[in-house]
Amino acid sequence: MDDTMLDGNAVAGLLQEVFATETTSVMVTCDGCGSAAPMGATHVYRGAGFVLRCPHCETALMTLVQGDRRMWIGFPGVRTLQLALTDT
Amino acid sequence: MAGTAVLGRLTWRAADVVEIVPETPRAKTILFDVPGWPGHRAGQHVDIRLTAEDGYQTERSYSIASAPDGWRLALTVVRIDEGEVSPYLTDELRPGDRIELRGPVGGYFVWEPAQGGPLLLVAGGSGVAPLMAMIRLRAAVGSDADIRLLASSRSWDDVIYRAELERLASGGLTVVHTLTASRPPGWEGYARRVDAAMLAEVGPSPAEQPKVYVCGPTPFVEAVAEALVTLGHEPARIKTERFGPTGD
Repeated sequence: MDDTMLDGNAVAGLLQEVFATETTSVMVTCDGCGSAAPMGATHVYRGAGFVLRCPHCETALMTLVQGDRRMWIGFPGVRTLQLALTDT
Repeated sequence: MAGTAVLGRLTWRAADVVEIVPETPRAKTILFDVPGWPGHRAGQHVDIRLTAEDGYQTERSYSIASAPDGWRLALTVVRIDEGEVSPYLTDELRPGDRIELRGPVGGYFVWEPAQGGPLLLVAGGSGVAPLMAMIRLRAAVGSDADIRLLASSRSWDDVIYRAELERLASGGLTVVHTLTASRPPGWEGYARRVDAAMLAEVGPSPAEQPKVYVCGPTPFVEAVAEALVTLGHEPARIKTERFGPTGD
């Protein structure tokens, strides 16, 4: 464990700005180990960007890199995202 | 979706500083008025953005410590000496100043009074902030939910919201402190880091299926979550929120 590790709550504002929905309660299924976790419980590491890792097996689920008024979002380890649909 | 603040793209909003309240030698609570604030849920946070004169921008997340109250928001900031943002917020900011914030953010680490109790809240240092929002909301709506707060602080002087917690602690709200670095003379409470034995004593037991919220620095959250699972708490009922280095 790394003391600088954060969790999915830390990137929720960034993700909500992009996806226009609350993301911390979105369930992520890891393509590495098959387990599911709320996005808020993923392990997040900050470097040049952010890497969201599976809390069970540390597979890199998502990568977020910002720069030059753009954002690059990668999904190297996401099998599915499951989110609740709400009546509007 | 009346009354919800969950859906929708977030934008940066202007927030006006109305009052700054010292909490401990290192922590201050900053009260903001945020025009158009849509309301929030207990446990949510905001992102704060500071922009330097040369255009350099930096962002940090802070939990909302207040119960929903119109456009008013309370954030508690601990000064980290070598920090990039917290010294500005605690030392430079004055009533009347304006900053930018984005929120409310989050939906995983939240509690609604309708969910009821029992609740076990475990705070490391300023990790008490989002848990305080839950405690204040419980009081504001007159909920009788059984809430146990276990707050770990370095010393008695470092206990954030100490007086208010003492005032609120009755009728189903239990507040227990542990002091990890130094204790006042005659201290009879816990004097060590949170461990499984302490969590078992503070309760509720796993059999009561409490909803557990743990917030603090990453090593604190990891240790507490592991101890809770050892005691038999269901991992799915343990919600965690970690923050980065605290400068300790």
